[in-house]
Amino acid sequence: MTTTPGTGAAVTTDAGAPADAHADWRGVAGEDADDLDASASSFLRGRSRRLLGELLRPHRRALWQLLAVIVVQNLAWLAGPLLIGLGIEVAVPALLDDDPWPLVWITAAMVAAAVLDTGLRYRFLLGSGRVGQAVLLTLRRRVFTHVQGLPLSFHERYTSGKTISRLTSDVEALAELFDEGLDGLLTALFSVVSIGVLMLVLDLPLGLVALLGLPALYLVGRWFQRSSTVAYRRTRQTIAALIVQFTETFGGIRAVQAFRREPRNDALHAELNEANRKAHHHAFWLIAVFVPSVTMIGNLVTVAVLGYGALRVMDGDLEVGFLLSFLVYLRRFFDPLQDIAMFYNSYQSASAALEKLSGVLEERSVVPEPADPQPLPSPVAGELVFDDVRFGYGAATVLPQLDLTVPAGQTVALVGATGAGKSTLARLAARFYDPVAGQVRLDGVPLDRLADADLRRAVVMVTQESFLFSGSIADNISFGKPEATRAGIEQAARAIGADTFIQALPEGYDTEVAKRGGRLSAGQRQLVSFARAFLADPAVLVLDEATSSLDVPSEVLVQRALQTLLADRTALIIAHRLSTVEIADRVLVMEAGRVVEDGSPAELVGGTGRFADLHRAWADSLV
Amino acid sequence: MTETAAPTADTRGRLSALARLLPFARPYRGLIALTFTGALLASLTQLAVPLIARAVVDGPIARGDRAGLIPLLALALVFGVAEAALFFLRRWAMNISSLQIERDLRDTLYQRLQRLPVAFHDGWSSGQLLSRATSDVSTIRRFVGFGAVFLVVNLVTCAVVGALLVATYWPLGVAVLVTCLPLTFFGLRLEKRYNAESRQVQDEQGELATDVEEAVQGIRVVKSLGRSGLVFGRYDRKALRLQDLQLRKVRTLALIWCLFEFQPQLTLAVILVGGSLAVGSGALTVGGLVGFVALFTVLLWPILSLGFLLAQAQETASACDRIGELLDAPLTVTDAPGVRPAVVGSPARLRFEHVGFRFPGTGDPVLSDVDLEVQPGETVALVGATGSGKTTMTALVARLYDVTAGRVTLDGHDVRDLPLDQLRTVVASAFEEATLFSMSVRENVTLGRPGAGDAEVTEALQVAQADFVHDLPWGLDTRIGEQGLSLSGGQRQRLALARAVLGRPSVLVLDDPLSALDVHTEALVERALREVLAETTALVVAHRASTVLLADRVALLEDGRITAVGRHTDLLAQVPAYRALLSSESELAGLTDTDLSEVGAR
Repeated sequence: MTTTPGTGAAVTTDAGAPADAHADWRGVAGEDADDLDASASSFLRGRSRRLLGELLRPHRRALWQLLAVIVVQNLAWLAGPLLIGLGIEVAVPALLDDDPWPLVWITAAMVAAAVLDTGLRYRFLLGSGRVGQAVLLTLRRRVFTHVQGLPLSFHERYTSGKTISRLTSDVEALAELFDEGLDGLLTALFSVVSIGVLMLVLDLPLGLVALLGLPALYLVGRWFQRSSTVAYRRTRQTIAALIVQFTETFGGIRAVQAFRREPRNDALHAELNEANRKAHHHAFWLIAVFVPSVTMIGNLVTVAVLGYGALRVMDGDLEVGFLLSFLVYLRRFFDPLQDIAMFYNSYQSASAALEKLSGVLEERSVVPEPADPQPLPSPVAGELVFDDVRFGYGAATVLPQLDLTVPAGQTVALVGATGAGKSTLARLAARFYDPVAGQVRLDGVPLDRLADADLRRAVVMVTQESFLFSGSIADNISFGKPEATRAGIEQAARAIGADTFIQALPEGYDTEVAKRGGRLSAGQRQLVSFARAFLADPAVLVLDEATSSLDVPSEVLVQRALQTLLADRTALIIAHRLSTVEIADRVLVMEAGRVVEDGSPAELVGGTGRFADLHRAWADSLV
Repeated sequence: MTETAAPTADTRGRLSALARLLPFARPYRGLIALTFTGALLASLTQLAVPLIARAVVDGPIARGDRAGLIPLLALALVFGVAEAALFFLRRWAMNISSLQIERDLRDTLYQRLQRLPVAFHDGWSSGQLLSRATSDVSTIRRFVGFGAVFLVVNLVTCAVVGALLVATYWPLGVAVLVTCLPLTFFGLRLEKRYNAESRQVQDEQGELATDVEEAVQGIRVVKSLGRSGLVFGRYDRKALRLQDLQLRKVRTLALIWCLFEFQPQLTLAVILVGGSLAVGSGALTVGGLVGFVALFTVLLWPILSLGFLLAQAQETASACDRIGELLDAPLTVTDAPGVRPAVVGSPARLRFEHVGFRFPGTGDPVLSDVDLEVQPGETVALVGATGSGKTTMTALVARLYDVTAGRVTLDGHDVRDLPLDQLRTVVASAFEEATLFSMSVRENVTLGRPGAGDAEVTEALQVAQADFVHDLPWGLDTRIGEQGLSLSGGQRQRLALARAVLGRPSVLVLDDPLSALDVHTEALVERALREVLAETTALVVAHRASTVLLADRVALLEDGRITAVGRHTDLLAQVPAYRALLSSESELAGLTDTDLSEVGAR
């Protein structure tokens, strides 16, 4: 595998020292490798089997019932050839003797068997469909919830495209297993076992000849298992790579078109698509060898049975009718073996998907919710304390040592150049990350001791990028407080001056924001996400360059709203513009992760520090 | 969702949608023919065993001829090996063709989607696009590579065996064919239902993919507001609905399956009764009846499989419909027929002539009767309140959208009369949202001009004050974007700006290009940008006085109309609406231009 500059750095940021042999394959680490050594491979296999086991466990009862259904159904299905053989042996001679009753009874039995067979088949298909769908729903819920719970550091490293491919394409690989596999497998397994036993019971020597093929089948099966594991693992990666390319292209379609990136993207996509084709081709080539091998073994055995049987018939040891029935059974023994081979193929494909999914499920949050959370005092006052905090991304230290107390209700502006650590400080306050050393406390409670719901109710962060979800404007604002009434939503929008533009939209608050807020301007989207945060009404508000795209009148409105809104709550504001600082009670000037100036705007202006220099320059420029 | 274009009634539930695949199959017709031949021959060789068995019974066994057994067994062996070899041939040929068709279809779809106008993408959630490019295309591949072949082979097998049955003993053969009639009738009705249900499932899968995408891409918002529960609820409702739809589909499929399983068994009973009577009347020998039965048992599987193969065909037809909706979407922003590159000066003259624009399917125009001329080399700032149409206006220049009235011209040529490739080479844009792709810094910057040399790249980076890239681990070769190093908003914006100014384009369109920059950097960028703007025609969306000062003239956009054009100072003095937007007398506006980060930077 080639390492692309950049990804290497991104991956190593959170790599701890592997303590045990499989640490490299734990979670999503090592996801891009396919041809693993035996121990790593069996580790992943075991993990994916465990996940499948966990998913199926709640349905044990249903599965046993289905097995019973399929057993009876197969007996009914097997009765068909037996009855027709019986008919030819018994009913035809009887009929020639003018006794129609055996024919009537046998025909009635055939119809009854057909009805029973069909009814049970329906019951089985429905039942297995239910189990399959229930398992998929559980898996979808589990992976979705888990991914939502994983920290930002995971999402930043793993990329959205890959996460999407796990939740769509990989889950669908499992769906295929249930669609194509489950009924086929149980039927086939039962047919093979029951017919195998039946053949042995009907005639032991002939049965033994029929089972001659089993050792060869085992060998072929083992070869297929080994080689297809690697092959399918590869297909999960190639399809994920395609999805990543796809989501990136259409997420940035404006830039793609404006800069005529289409031909280059065509080439990139064609390359990934071709890699995906090759990976599938390899996997399918393996089945192309595997399945005919099974057929070949079956045919050789059939010839052996026919020859041996014919000799015995000639010896008067066997009835002709019996030999013919036996050949039919033999066909019914080997045909399902092909189904089993096909199922095995789906299983291998699903298993590779489950490897990836179980990897994601194994990822643990680095900012886990505490098991026994500590409650916040009610009401939340909003005192924020950074106590001897140290933080860095990987090897790079961003905040070497930070002590800071923000009393409840204070509005603090963070000022400093790019890379000074402002955003990091904000992210620590919202517990997107935990400090490497030291503690961040809200009203005396360490953030990592808070239940997630309490934390998010108390601390809300608004970032520069304002993501809108599909749905109406009102839905997007009420995202901050789902139980909010329409009046509450409109009030929040009015408070920050978003009301005017929303009212002007075709359907006002009910206007659907198209994909990623396509039709709202960046400024409008920022206003909506502001309204969202205001509606959430947190004790601590963290604003990370949240007003960058606003025009001046909008910003004036937002500033005014902030002044009232922030009067009784704690706020951390990162802004590039002096206007924001004016409303702050306190300004922190940051440099290289340290606070180099700290005071009220007035104090700092009156002093001799950097802020004063700046302010003087600004004041001069006004003259 | 409203955006999912509903297929018209007459296209729904028809297998004719499969015809769409023909052009994709054509290049592989040799392989496909091979596949069918292999499958048919394999199917025929399967008939050999019962026939040989009958020959064994009627020949060597009847005569007690042990030596006569050997040639027949050898024949059975040959057929057995041939069957396996043909299986392999079929699968091998099928893999190649079906996977190549899948690849071609996906490439075509991707290429088409890339060229569909931005207006199209505005209306489609990308989850729906994704589910079509992945699951639907795979559904088609599965059918092409498996279902289609067996559908045809099994139909042929049924026909051949049916003919053989009629030939063996015609009264019984005809009786068998008659028992198939109800199967056809009920089968087709169920298949139609299955088609509609498949479509619903596929659509819902797209919806679910959309939810997944939003939840993943909006994870910061979800987390900072602690709304995982809400987002999960939305997802869960759709997942439950999908489950519900899937179960409906399962029920229909189970009915289809049962119908096709019941029917041949019933026929077998009919054969027994009819055959016995025929034997009784002396019209048929016992051996003849055995052969008839053996022949019919060959049909059990082909008949049974027709049920789900037809279902698979229906599912594929609806997948074709869904893909067809994308492939048929009109390419509205394309080269006019017979366009030839025109001479566009550098810098060029940019004119908006009575331009109007409305988003498709909406009532109120975003822009109406906009007239604006930007002289060669001139920079005009566009100023207007949030939502006044500034961004839309900039998007018209590079034809991300096409005007719905009037025209936009470059040196007198309507932009729609220029080859798109030329137009988008001449016009370089930077958007309010800086989009970076997962590739190296260099590739990102040279996105529009892959041939640009190092000197040009360095110059562009300097203009955008993006020297920070040299401090990245691998410098210009560092991979950035989602799959690489993450950059801050200001850094991303500077790279997007560098991308736009690279190679000094004839026309530069900048949409609020400095919003995410700290004021110190902004001042530096402005200084460098001024030089670039001096020799290029530029349209710059501005929210702040500092950006406006880059421009020679300012156009004020109010509710989609240009209400004033002039110099900044003149407009400040004369136009109250302009003053309200940008006035330095406003207590806050004056402050906005002042640098804060400089303090930390020194």
